[in-house]
Amino acid sequence: MKLALAPLLYYWPRAAVLRFYAEIARAPVDTVYLGEVVCSRRHEVAFEDWLAIGERLAAAGKEVVLSAQALTESEGDLKLVRRAVANARFRVEANDWGAARLLSGTTGWVAGPHLNVYNPQTLAIVAEMGATRWVAPVEATREMVAGILADRPAGFEAEIFGYGRMPLAFSARCFTARRFNRQKEDCGFACIDFPDGMGLDTREGKPFLAANGIQTLSAGVYCLAEELPALREAGADILRISPQSANTVEVLRVLRAACEGALSSFDARKSLAALSPGKLWNGFWHGRPGMEAA
Amino acid sequence: MDLVCPAGGLPALKAAVDNGADWVYLGLRDDTNARNFPGLNFDGDALAAGLAYAHARGRKVLVAINTYPQAANWARWTAAVDRVAALGVDAIIVADAGLLRYASRAHPRLALHLSVQGSATSYEAINFFHERFGVQRAVLPRVLSLAQVELVARRTPVEIEVFGFGGLCVMVEGRCALSAYACGESPNTAGACSPAHAVRWRETPSGLESRLNGILIDRYAAGERAAYPTVCKGRYAAGNDTYYAFEEPASLNTLDFIPDFGRIGVRAVKIEGRQRSPAYVAQVTRVWREALDAWKAGSFSPRPAWTAALARHAEGGQTTLGAFSRPWK
Repeated sequence: MKLALAPLLYYWPRAAVLRFYAEIARAPVDTVYLGEVVCSRRHEVAFEDWLAIGERLAAAGKEVVLSAQALTESEGDLKLVRRAVANARFRVEANDWGAARLLSGTTGWVAGPHLNVYNPQTLAIVAEMGATRWVAPVEATREMVAGILADRPAGFEAEIFGYGRMPLAFSARCFTARRFNRQKEDCGFACIDFPDGMGLDTREGKPFLAANGIQTLSAGVYCLAEELPALREAGADILRISPQSANTVEVLRVLRAACEGALSSFDARKSLAALSPGKLWNGFWHGRPGMEAA
Repeated sequence: MDLVCPAGGLPALKAAVDNGADWVYLGLRDDTNARNFPGLNFDGDALAAGLAYAHARGRKVLVAINTYPQAANWARWTAAVDRVAALGVDAIIVADAGLLRYASRAHPRLALHLSVQGSATSYEAINFFHERFGVQRAVLPRVLSLAQVELVARRTPVEIEVFGFGGLCVMVEGRCALSAYACGESPNTAGACSPAHAVRWRETPSGLESRLNGILIDRYAAGERAAYPTVCKGRYAAGNDTYYAFEEPASLNTLDFIPDFGRIGVRAVKIEGRQRSPAYVAQVTRVWREALDAWKAGSFSPRPAWTAALARHAEGGQTTLGAFSRPWK
């Protein structure tokens, strides 16, 4: 099982981003997805910076993929998608059908988790269009993954979200700005103060969700460390790990050791529990509510 | 501009037709549609009767087959497409790319509408569905401003349908797993958001509590209007602030924008609410029919009676322009 680092979902200061990926260059991870996928207003890291980070990671032996923004509303958003698509250096992850259309006919692009590929028939369409990898939706169950991959096109890879706060929803509205009674257009980049998203607890104090600009994540952390044999059996090739502000490299080390059999799944889970910003859940994989540990 | 109205059953379909809907949309009685609620929707007989009723009056019927099938249940979705095509529905509303391809090949004369659950927010995405599967109309997610809708309409040959009135998804349709996260069922896979079987109401000393699969979504003091506990309409605490973190309970109402919709080439407006009563369908349809007729006659100006009638059916008694209003974002 290979490991992939998902695109950074949060808004971190430029120096923190550069420091983070300098560490990632030395970390046990095979593929690194780069780029801003949540909000086009964010500007700490420019597109050219992402390309430069990509070059450094590629020089360190990582496979680099540029991820396109998930929700496109304006012509400006489409320009960003076109720029990612037109980059001649790295593979591209499409996160909506507009990006898929622009990538159609090129080879080796990635059908991202927000494309809504839920069945073999839709997988066949993206494969015909030149995709060679599918990232499952976060709510994918074991049954769904096994079903979609049972008769997959030759050489087609499957990547499953395996660790991190679960990306659950996008909106036109910025929920971080809303907390501070600001409009999105004048948000003051409030999300930069929440490096793992802004926690939202229920009215009885239970951690529930995390707001990250226009995106809503789970407060708890998805963790499939104990499901590695089942993931392999279902046909998964790559485990996706979402960056967090602390301990990401440690998380990668634990999962690498677990994949290589050097660490038991029990010990891996125990280690990850101590490295995570929330409780560990795995319900989706088992066809249960995402906020459950099966 | 066509008026597209919801029907959760035959009485609602008749109410929509009788009050001036151009199209009525509905779903079959299973998880192939995104309003998979007990007691709602159409079996074969009801659909045949509804089609006869609508067609006899020159109206059209749309069937939503707009959830995402998986390998294990794929045949049930294609069977649904085959069944409604054979009955002679005027179009189907589909979200899944694979199912759109199936329908376009198996039933080349059946008109295809892209569901809002397909999450196509740009002309690039909509043109993908047009080029590949011949989609004729697309329902836009409730995320775009008027200028953005105009841009989409200008850059695609696909007819554009927008939401006019009803429950407001704050999250992009087709990209929201909040309900699955809380209770295991979401629109994409199960055709349900906050299904009734997972909802509990309880009077407590600190107020009326609404829970979804045990998770406290909100608690209401005496006199506060309670809302149905979808995750996005709950109150949560961020630091010391407890508030509607996503959206207050309110319904979308874009009636005032009818002239703008006409100017920018919107082809249809959709009323949300297949889960609502025939009385809701009748009254909301009538208001929108009158408003669209006034616009066609060149004499549109919002009437207080329309606003009042719609407010009576709005969630929390409030309406919003949603993403059509810049401050909302």
